[in-house]
Amino acid sequence: KGMLIPTRPRLFSVCRNEDLKEMLESSKESLKLEAMKRIVGLIAKGKNASELFPAVVKNVASKNIELKKLVYVYLVRYAEEQQDLALLSISTFQRALKDPNQFIRASALRVLSSIRVPIIVPIMMLAIKEAAADLSPYVRKTSAHAIQKLFSLDADQKEQLIEVIEKLLKDKSTLVAGSVVMAFEEVCPDRIDLIHKNYRKLCNLLVDVEEWGQVVIISMLTRYARTQFTSPWKEGAMFDENNEKAFYESDSEEKKGHTEEKPYIMDPDHRLLLRNTKPLLQSRNTAVVMSVAQLYWHLAPKHEVSIVTKSLVRLLRSHREVQYIVLQNIATMSIQRKGMFEPFMKSFYVRSTDATHIKTLKLEILTNLANEANISTILREFQTYVKSQDKAFAAATIQAIGRCATNISEVTDTCLNGLVLLLSNRDETVVAESVVVIKKLLQTQPTQHSEIIKHMAKLFDNITVPMARASILWLIGEYCERVPKIAPDVLRKMAKSFTAEEDIVKLQTVNLAAKLYLTNSKQTKLLTQYILNLGKYDQNYDIRDRTRFIRQLIVPSEKSGALNKYARRILLAPKPAPVLESSFKDRDRFQLGTLSHSLNSKATGYQELSDWPAVAPDQSVRNVEIIEAVKEWTPTVGKTKQPKSDDKFYSDDEDEKEEEGSDSSGSEDSSSSSSEGLFMYFTMQMFSSCLAAKYHFPRQPCLYQPSMVAVQVILSNSSDHSLEEIHIGDRSPASLSIHCFNTIERLEPEASVTVSMGIDFSDSTQAANFQLCTKEDQFSVSIQPAVGELLMPSSMTEQDFCKEQGKLQGMNETSATITMETANASSQAISKQVLSVANVGVVSSSQNNFSRFAGRTVSSGALVLVSLELKESSTALLTINTEKTVMASMLLRDIKQALTQA
Amino acid sequence: MIHSLFLVNASGDIFLEKHWKSVVSRSVCDYFFEAQERATEPENVPPVIPTPHHYLISVLRHRIYFVAVIQSEVPPLFVIEFLHRVVDTFQDYFGVCTEAAIKDNVVVVYELLEEMLDNGFPLATESNILKELIKPPTILRTMVNTITGSTNVGEQLPTGQLSVVPWRRTGVKYTNNEAYFDVVEEIDAIIDKSGSTITAEIQGVIDACVKLTGMPDLTLSFMNPRLLDDVSFHPCVRFKRWEAERILSFIPPDGNFRLLSYHVSSQNLVAIPVYVKHNITFREGSSQGRFDLTLGPKQTMGKAVESVLVSSQLPRGVLNANLNPSQGTYTFDPVTKLLSWDVGKINPQKLPSLKGTMSLQAGASKPDENPTINIQFKIQQMAISGLKVNRLDMYGEKYKPFKGIKYMTKAGKFQRCVWIAGSDRYYTNRASLIIVTS
Repeated sequence: KGMLIPTRPRLFSVCRNEDLKEMLESSKESLKLEAMKRIVGLIAKGKNASELFPAVVKNVASKNIELKKLVYVYLVRYAEEQQDLALLSISTFQRALKDPNQFIRASALRVLSSIRVPIIVPIMMLAIKEAAADLSPYVRKTSAHAIQKLFSLDADQKEQLIEVIEKLLKDKSTLVAGSVVMAFEEVCPDRIDLIHKNYRKLCNLLVDVEEWGQVVIISMLTRYARTQFTSPWKEGAMFDENNEKAFYESDSEEKKGHTEEKPYIMDPDHRLLLRNTKPLLQSRNTAVVMSVAQLYWHLAPKHEVSIVTKSLVRLLRSHREVQYIVLQNIATMSIQRKGMFEPFMKSFYVRSTDATHIKTLKLEILTNLANEANISTILREFQTYVKSQDKAFAAATIQAIGRCATNISEVTDTCLNGLVLLLSNRDETVVAESVVVIKKLLQTQPTQHSEIIKHMAKLFDNITVPMARASILWLIGEYCERVPKIAPDVLRKMAKSFTAEEDIVKLQTVNLAAKLYLTNSKQTKLLTQYILNLGKYDQNYDIRDRTRFIRQLIVPSEKSGALNKYARRILLAPKPAPVLESSFKDRDRFQLGTLSHSLNSKATGYQELSDWPAVAPDQSVRNVEIIEAVKEWTPTVGKTKQPKSDDKFYSDDEDEKEEEGSDSSGSEDSSSSSSEGLFMYFTMQMFSSCLAAKYHFPRQPCLYQPSMVAVQVILSNSSDHSLEEIHIGDRSPASLSIHCFNTIERLEPEASVTVSMGIDFSDSTQAANFQLCTKEDQFSVSIQPAVGELLMPSSMTEQDFCKEQGKLQGMNETSATITMETANASSQAISKQVLSVANVGVVSSSQNNFSRFAGRTVSSGALVLVSLELKESSTALLTINTEKTVMASMLLRDIKQALTQA
Repeated sequence: MIHSLFLVNASGDIFLEKHWKSVVSRSVCDYFFEAQERATEPENVPPVIPTPHHYLISVLRHRIYFVAVIQSEVPPLFVIEFLHRVVDTFQDYFGVCTEAAIKDNVVVVYELLEEMLDNGFPLATESNILKELIKPPTILRTMVNTITGSTNVGEQLPTGQLSVVPWRRTGVKYTNNEAYFDVVEEIDAIIDKSGSTITAEIQGVIDACVKLTGMPDLTLSFMNPRLLDDVSFHPCVRFKRWEAERILSFIPPDGNFRLLSYHVSSQNLVAIPVYVKHNITFREGSSQGRFDLTLGPKQTMGKAVESVLVSSQLPRGVLNANLNPSQGTYTFDPVTKLLSWDVGKINPQKLPSLKGTMSLQAGASKPDENPTINIQFKIQQMAISGLKVNRLDMYGEKYKPFKGIKYMTKAGKFQRCVWIAGSDRYYTNRASLIIVTS
């Protein structure tokens, strides 16, 4: 097997590296590759292979892709150590940056920017700038990554890099969005102003961005939103829902006090973010779900936050590490919002297979969730945990019971009794922890618990854990007046065993003795003196010191100072009860889901979440232009199902075409292609009024006038108030003839309505501009048709087609030879692509290598004939015959683009 | 983001390291080893460890720690999710993810890690894309490569990364066009002594194997989508369509992928497909205990309950067990006190049983923990929740694909079905008495 798989790394000595050098210098490709594989094996093991640098770098221009890639791996690893030699490879990359293949350009930039050699900073800068303007979104994505690399190599380039980031932020490709936001976060997270113009675009692209990009964008937008919008949390309302009563009280007081406040209206951009992130709660990527959850936690109105609960609970079924992080976040949330997680309480029950840190977190959450209603269930659950084999966990449970007892006064006695029962437990850790917790509990309400103290005193002989013994001694000392008979006896026993005790027990013995001396000196004077004498000669200096101090304090003598008088007030002062509270109490000072939150300390590079501004900054900074036609990713046709009423407009046949059309353009990249699929939606965004409109060309004869092109507009109200009297106002050019839709009286929030219009474009692609008005507001809208939409299909036979074509020769003929994408080579695919661009009819053809299409312009009815003659090796001659020569050249361009793309 | 990655085995050796930015000395792992030493169990190593200059975020899978070195603020789940993706990819490529497999394929591992991250930011994590870039090793290919000197690296550059359908490669061609969907459900339940269900939850997944030419656009609809209480999707599924119509509409990745995970809540009545009759008793003062267990099928709609495996954690006081199975074989390990009984298939006419006595340590008091039972079984052709796929339609391509749907009910990973014997308080035994449907 070793013979067959020589890639298996073995131990190499220095002299073996000599072989590798020889292999690399040989002329055989396979030997070189073999050598590189071994070298990568060395790198992987962390062995030093840097002396091979000169031999390796020679192969940087190899034709063999794998060899080249392995050389890249090596180069990136050692270039920093061998800067001079690394420079030898630069020219190869510079050449590759100009390669026609986008992958080669991208990969060259990737490696070039990973070589951490300061001298090439200017070259990198230039390469990044060029790549940022590349036609390929993949190369632009790589350039976004390169920005971060260059920044970490040379922070002085910051200003120039910010310029590139600014440019890339405008990019509309989903591929680039995540990477450039990452670069933004790393280079200039404080330049919030760069985000304004891109905010809406990022919100809208979010669903289609790859998952890792989504996480980065969401966390950046969370920060952004906290600086730009006003708080959706009601004034005066505590964030803590537990204080609901207090909230209502203060509210009613306020009403009495002063006049009503201005009602809160959420900024539509704020709403846009919440709406567009919500579906991502269903992502399979746990990091995405968590980032949406934290976004809702930090940005959503309080009553909306609970929609994230179910998704967070789902994450608990994921890997152990995921559970750990999610539980930490739930722990923080559950302190403020019990109600969110209470219905899912059972999800936090501990399983014996859980790791200790998971168990502890679940315990924390269960304790946070405890209230009067569920406490009995929780306590019963806790009783099982106490019996756990995992002693650290059992101890934590007892602490948790203590916390429940202090928080919920109804069960304090029950808990206390339960803990007392645990004192007779076989397990020492359990007993010890119980004693400690009982001590804390008794301190909170010491009035009527002398029975328990007596009980503990009885158990004292059997308890060996020092902390527990010390706690009992302290208790007896503190409340010695309530157990006047037992206390001196315990002291007597302690005097006997003093020398054998642990230090902590000795200290408490001294304390007990002192307190008894002050309250009951008659019985304990001698015992105390005996113990103080023992303490005086103890090996531990702490105990010697304490003994000396106590003696001076309590035993009156001529040397004792002024303090003596106050001994009783010092030692028996009423002590405040310890506060038992969650360790997650103040964790929410960190943004949820962050590393800092997880560690409960500020991590390097942590960006604070700012408080909501009291007054919202200018909202108009986010307005891009009033109208922006964004081409949506066409398969969204499937996502945004049209209203049922539309269906009757299409025959089944057309419906199917629609699917095809959307599908074919689905594979195209949204940013690089400008070809329009059959059934394209354009979005007119009018955010300032919260009215969003989409339009498309349904490709049906216009009902109003034959010379008009039918347009369907879907208006939707994205604001939170209803819009009234939506209608069309002024239009330009004034001669433009438009058949308007009837005024829509009222459009409720979140509702949408589909209306039909007719527009006479007069066979030109000039945009039709008009005003879309609501009762309060108006916006100018521009609809620009693609040339293919200005046609109507015309049915004719093949003979007719040829005859008509014959009439339209010379000036009226436009043609081009095109090279088609192989996928488009079949006649079916051709029809599909042509139909996606132009509204023409297929002319059935007897010749296999000919595809013919016929149409008429809508306005003037001029014939438009498209024919495509397939030639060898997927080249084809595309000819268009029509009187409308301007249209012909535009159509030619569109069809060509559709056919040459996959 | 992710600065470096170290792979650490159970004995605390670093056997692979990879750096995406400048090299971080492996001594940074000392902090990890410290935490490892402190932890009593391998699982107890905290996933996030701060060190003076770095943060270590680790996951443990297949007894290997994947330790990522982080330099500044990053969502920890981002790193954890990515590391798990790395493990999944290795498993996908090498069949297993063990130290030996990783060492044997160190070049492929390196090539993969190189493609998966750029500057510490995930680049290509979809297995479809990766397989276009780097072909998975097979024995045959390894041999051929050795002889001919050819490579694992794809000759063609991937196109999937460029499209807005990044999970699917373009130009897919098959002679047989097929789409298979497996509905696999796992049931988690706690059943008390009297046989009544205390909690029951069903987790399900739909795993798909789609081999279709071109760019098919599929829609999958359910007869009863309301059953699904909570769902999470592969990125290919269109969220809005699901929200509006409860239909899964997607352009599938090529090959195997998990389309959907779902949860059926306990609000819907869940029928547990098996029942257990048990009588396990210890008497005070006696060194003998009785053990009596019978299994039977329940509401399986005529489907056979197969691969039944019963195991039981007996109390520490039990020295030995002398039992008599009506079918299958049983073993008892006196050290771990684990009793396991391989039952096989349940025949409803003749129910399998295991009866006999247990001997206890002389003089030991009656165990206060109750004995423990763990049962696994499998039911083919049935989804326990009753979920049914209604239809699968394809758009965008002309051919007629072959479609197949399979249902299966399977083991609950986390909580399992827990049967409580001999105690009236199920809490004491939740962990120990387990029945798993498989």
